[in-house]
Amino acid sequence: MMETATKTPVKGVSIDDVKYKLIAENISASYDGIVAVKNVSMKFQDRAVTALIGPSGCGKTTFLRCLNRMHELTKNATLTGKVLLDGEDLYSTKVDPIINRRKIGMVFQKPNPFPTMSIYDNVACGLKLNGVKDRKILDEVVEGCLKMASLWNEVKNDLKKPGMSLSGGQQQRLCIARALAIQPEVLLMDEPASALDPIATQKIEEMIQELKKEYTIIIVTHNMQQATRVSDYTGFMYLGDLVEFGETKQIFENPRNEITAKYVQGQFG
Amino acid sequence: MITPEQRAEFRKHFRYNVGRRLVLDKIVKGVVFSCVIVAIVPLVAILVNVFSNGAAALTWNFLTEIPGAVGSDDPGGIGPAIQGTMVLIGMSSLIGVPVGVMGGIFLSEYGNNRYGRTVRFFNDVLAEFPTIVIGVFAFVLIVLTVGNFSVWAGSFALSIVMLPIIMRTTEESLKLVPVTYREAGHALGIRRYRVIFTIVLSSAKNGLVTGILLAVARIAGETAPLVFTILGSSQFISDLNGPIDALPLRIWRLSSLPYDSAVTQGWGAAFILIIMVLSINIGVRYIFLRNKEKTFLKFKKMGVAS
Repeated sequence: MMETATKTPVKGVSIDDVKYKLIAENISASYDGIVAVKNVSMKFQDRAVTALIGPSGCGKTTFLRCLNRMHELTKNATLTGKVLLDGEDLYSTKVDPIINRRKIGMVFQKPNPFPTMSIYDNVACGLKLNGVKDRKILDEVVEGCLKMASLWNEVKNDLKKPGMSLSGGQQQRLCIARALAIQPEVLLMDEPASALDPIATQKIEEMIQELKKEYTIIIVTHNMQQATRVSDYTGFMYLGDLVEFGETKQIFENPRNEITAKYVQGQFG
Repeated sequence: MITPEQRAEFRKHFRYNVGRRLVLDKIVKGVVFSCVIVAIVPLVAILVNVFSNGAAALTWNFLTEIPGAVGSDDPGGIGPAIQGTMVLIGMSSLIGVPVGVMGGIFLSEYGNNRYGRTVRFFNDVLAEFPTIVIGVFAFVLIVLTVGNFSVWAGSFALSIVMLPIIMRTTEESLKLVPVTYREAGHALGIRRYRVIFTIVLSSAKNGLVTGILLAVARIAGETAPLVFTILGSSQFISDLNGPIDALPLRIWRLSSLPYDSAVTQGWGAAFILIIMVLSINIGVRYIFLRNKEKTFLKFKKMGVAS
């Protein structure tokens, strides 16, 4: 982590000049015979937020799931291409997918806290089930992650209550805390605020701005205002292709591609 | 687009006879309710019948003594049968529950292929097997090879009866666990077996326990496989390699004897068997499925937990 500390993106520097945390090369993915992602290559800046936008069914989520090898868990899934995390191919046969999923956290569209676990255990389980037994470390991680997910103040007296007893927005922040607990380097978020009300959404967006200082964040969103608010880079996907990828400001204010222009202006989608 | 004229036309086709529908609603409710009554009546009738016929036999000696000689003045008790049924339920569960649950896990989590479908098919066939055939199978396989009737042979036969029930209910309840929980587990870098054993299995606990209890209730009343495997005995268990007694067997024997006292004892034994199954059911449910949240709140009110 220390050596990447100086690699904050500098405005005006070409996108190819900076070293990247995560690089996707020629990813094509399909499931049940449907080709969802067609030959997409993308580079993700360290300590920055990259948004993936595009109409429903354009392959955003499938692409995101390729980045932490979750796609292969889908029935009848196929995948070609490479994903490099710090230069190492995730799909190399020498690499255990489990180890990499620990480096790449994921937050899902719908809040999915584990139903039988307490708030505390929901956050701690990623560590517990990966072999951490030291109670002191667990306590520290749970408190720290709940604070990062700005949920600590609301739940600190109820850590033993079931995770399901929280409201939808709180549940989603609990899931974010759970994802942070395994100390990932990259955070994938699949429409994390789509099931939430505006206030809960705002909380999550503020949190993303905080987390950006330490993580590489990739967020799929249907909400274009959200993309402009939270992201530094934006990729527009359409029918499985990556149509345009660049700085968020450029994509929204000065898109080079006609389809991108139409989409960000709300003419279709 | 649908025009306002079309909309008005469509509306004409709706039924507006609310009164008739309210009546219909009441009729359906009535039918459903009376079906429940029809289902409950035999249950209550059996309980009342069994209790009223067997109550005369229910004494402390009846529960603890060994059976007396047939036709003698002292009818004795059904102690060995109660003990035997408990031992059989315990030992069959020790074999049947782990194998059944594991098999269910296989079918649900790894069984989405040809092999899994084959196993599922034969498992369903096994569930419909007449249990007497399973008894004969255990007789040939264990009793004839070893040379004597034994607790082992009985437990083996009963665990085979349990197996398909537990496997199927486990599979079905695991399949009900939303895939999002599994994905959340995988996304945390947790190994697959741990995701299954800690996250999926605990989410499906309710269905799992119900399935196991169904299987236990089923074997507690099985008679046919026991005739071929444990034979029956009038002594308490001294050796797992010897014959023992069990409640269903004892009920069957007692009810076919030409003495009133024996028949009353049969009814009494049947009552004990029902109570046993019922208390196992309620006890297990209480231990595994009580609402932890409610308990927690109760403790909190009492000032025990914070």
